[in-house]
Amino acid sequence: MDLQIAILLGQDGITTGAIYALLALALVLVFAVTRVIFIPQGEFVAFGALSLAALQTGNAPATLWLLLACGACVAVLDGRTALARNDGRKLVAVLAANLGYPLLLAALLFAFSPANLPVLVQVALTLAIVVPLGPMLYRLAYQPIAEASVLILLIVSVALHVMMVGLGLLFFGAEGVRTPPFSDARFEFGSILINGQQIWVVLVSALLIVALYLFFDRTIYGKALRATAINRNGARLMGFSPVFAGKLTFLLAALIGVLSGVLIAPVTTIYYDTGFLIGLKGFVAAIIGGLASYPLAAAGALLVGFLESFSSFWASAYKEVIVFTLIIPVLLWQSLNRHHVDEEE
Amino acid sequence: MKMKKLALLCSTAALFASQAALADINVGVSLSSTGPGAALGIPEKNAVALLPAEIGGEKINYMLLDDATDPSAATKNARKLTTEDKVDILLGSSVTPTSLAIAEVAVESQTPQIAIAPANLPPEKDRWVFRTPQHVNVMASAVVAHMKAKGVKTVGFLGYSDAYGEDWLVAMKPMLEAAGIKFTTVERFNRTDTSVSGQVLKIVSSQPDAVLVVASGSPAALPQTALVERGYKGQIYQTHAAANPAFLKVAGKAADGAIMPIGPVVVVDQIPDSHPSKKPGQAFVKAYEEKYGAGTFSSFAGHVHDAGSLLQAAVPVALKKAKPGTSEFRAALRDAIEGAKDVVGVHGVFNMTPTDHFGMDDRGRVLIRVENGGYKLIAN
Repeated sequence: MDLQIAILLGQDGITTGAIYALLALALVLVFAVTRVIFIPQGEFVAFGALSLAALQTGNAPATLWLLLACGACVAVLDGRTALARNDGRKLVAVLAANLGYPLLLAALLFAFSPANLPVLVQVALTLAIVVPLGPMLYRLAYQPIAEASVLILLIVSVALHVMMVGLGLLFFGAEGVRTPPFSDARFEFGSILINGQQIWVVLVSALLIVALYLFFDRTIYGKALRATAINRNGARLMGFSPVFAGKLTFLLAALIGVLSGVLIAPVTTIYYDTGFLIGLKGFVAAIIGGLASYPLAAAGALLVGFLESFSSFWASAYKEVIVFTLIIPVLLWQSLNRHHVDEEE
Repeated sequence: MKMKKLALLCSTAALFASQAALADINVGVSLSSTGPGAALGIPEKNAVALLPAEIGGEKINYMLLDDATDPSAATKNARKLTTEDKVDILLGSSVTPTSLAIAEVAVESQTPQIAIAPANLPPEKDRWVFRTPQHVNVMASAVVAHMKAKGVKTVGFLGYSDAYGEDWLVAMKPMLEAAGIKFTTVERFNRTDTSVSGQVLKIVSSQPDAVLVVASGSPAALPQTALVERGYKGQIYQTHAAANPAFLKVAGKAADGAIMPIGPVVVVDQIPDSHPSKKPGQAFVKAYEEKYGAGTFSSFAGHVHDAGSLLQAAVPVALKKAKPGTSEFRAALRDAIEGAKDVVGVHGVFNMTPTDHFGMDDRGRVLIRVENGGYKLIAN
């Protein structure tokens, strides 16, 4: 192995690590605020990539129907409460957000053929279709049991994951897709070749991480989310609704997931079930961060990315084993070094 | 009381229903139409609808179950089919691990099985199990012959880290040795991997004359594109499992020039008229695409069709010896399939023997090169 190969492997490790970092951040965020271990995080990656591919072939992606269906369910649930309270304005808002928005989106898609739009508009459309599924799933699956134990929330996550993988197969079929890259630019530094998509992945990931930092540090909603993560009841007493916090968190998590999917769709083949493994590696990174620390999780993600790319060179048959074995020493170290405070008991 | 009556009524109805079914020939089908093997299982499930509805004057009932590419689910399906439905023959499954799971039940319950995957079994368990896909040896010999003819001396191997990758490696090793060709490096990857850069770097830096990629369907596109992007100039060989429209679509331009051995039905319009599979192949592709849409045909559907061809040849022979639904009939059916001679399927010609339950010879494969997003038949 010479320097050039090491650089190439490092480059590959950074690209995959950047995606794992995004997912790890989303997992830490969701767990901190809602105590949900969000296994379906990976499905948002797959749904995002596959929806973008469907748009590019000129079809309305089937996730649009899922959005309509979820929207209708939420509208019925929330609309009923609003009706019972005789709250006319709330009713209009619920209907507009959960029925009006998906229908408007559907009308837009059928009015303009999405295949001929510029790539960035297609990406925006994909985000517009898939991201709202995050808060809707929170409303349907997690909000009614928001006070349940971590274990029950985890079981619901597993169920949701299995359901979404099944829907993915139904929607997109068993074969994978690969979308054309955002730019065909290639940069050569001596013998090292960097393609434009890798720069996109790293840049957007870095930007997103900075944006998340600013959001949590500077905005009132970010601060409120942090407050909820530290003390749910305290935040509620200060007038910040935990339901709203949950929805906002899931919106962010879905946004991160879909964006990751859109970013990696041109560099790899995405299948309906690819998301799980990507999400799992993000989870390994999140564990390294103790499911609490954002910078540690991001560093862990880069470590996972490097480990994966170098082990695929040295011992490709044992790549997954090496990556997932990483979790054992990390857990040992954490259990020895930390006072475990279980809020459940 | 009402419930009791209802239960009684239901069980009587069920009894009548099962009795009616007993008179016909029951075929139990378990396919992997969901899970990781879905790319194979879905076209196979589609092909079941095109299987013969009647053979030798007897109605054929197909009981179709999904095993989700899970060996334990396949075992459960096979047990249900053999004990509750008392099927005369088992069909499936789509991939090797699930087929092996069904084979256990087939041997135990003494029910013949036609697997739709090239599953290898030790001789003592092989008695009740037949397969329609080509043995990997048949395919590998075509690849090695082509390598030898082109003067290839060294080969890099990049294959699945599962039974399919292992089967190819085991099949290739002695053939390559005999041809004086060496492996430079043997690398593995998984179907769901998002990057194979590490493996590809290692292969390219070992400078082989050719690279063999062992993967199925669209996952085979990732190594193909990675090799091309890394500037590899040698010949890339793919295997027959990669030959489907999704591979061509995902790999795009990068697939051009790849050579693969495939069943003749994939290029049925290009094979010479003298090939026995030409006519049935054309008819089957036409029937399939009429039902499911133009361009949807995949070679995996052909393997299910061929299982139907074997049934069509064997059932009349077995009917002369015993009545369907009995263990005698199952044994007679097994003997009849083992005795199948010159049964023409869309993937080639079957000649089963007691030691060969694959039955395919060199007529079961052709070599093709990918050109402009399509397949071009090349001389062996």
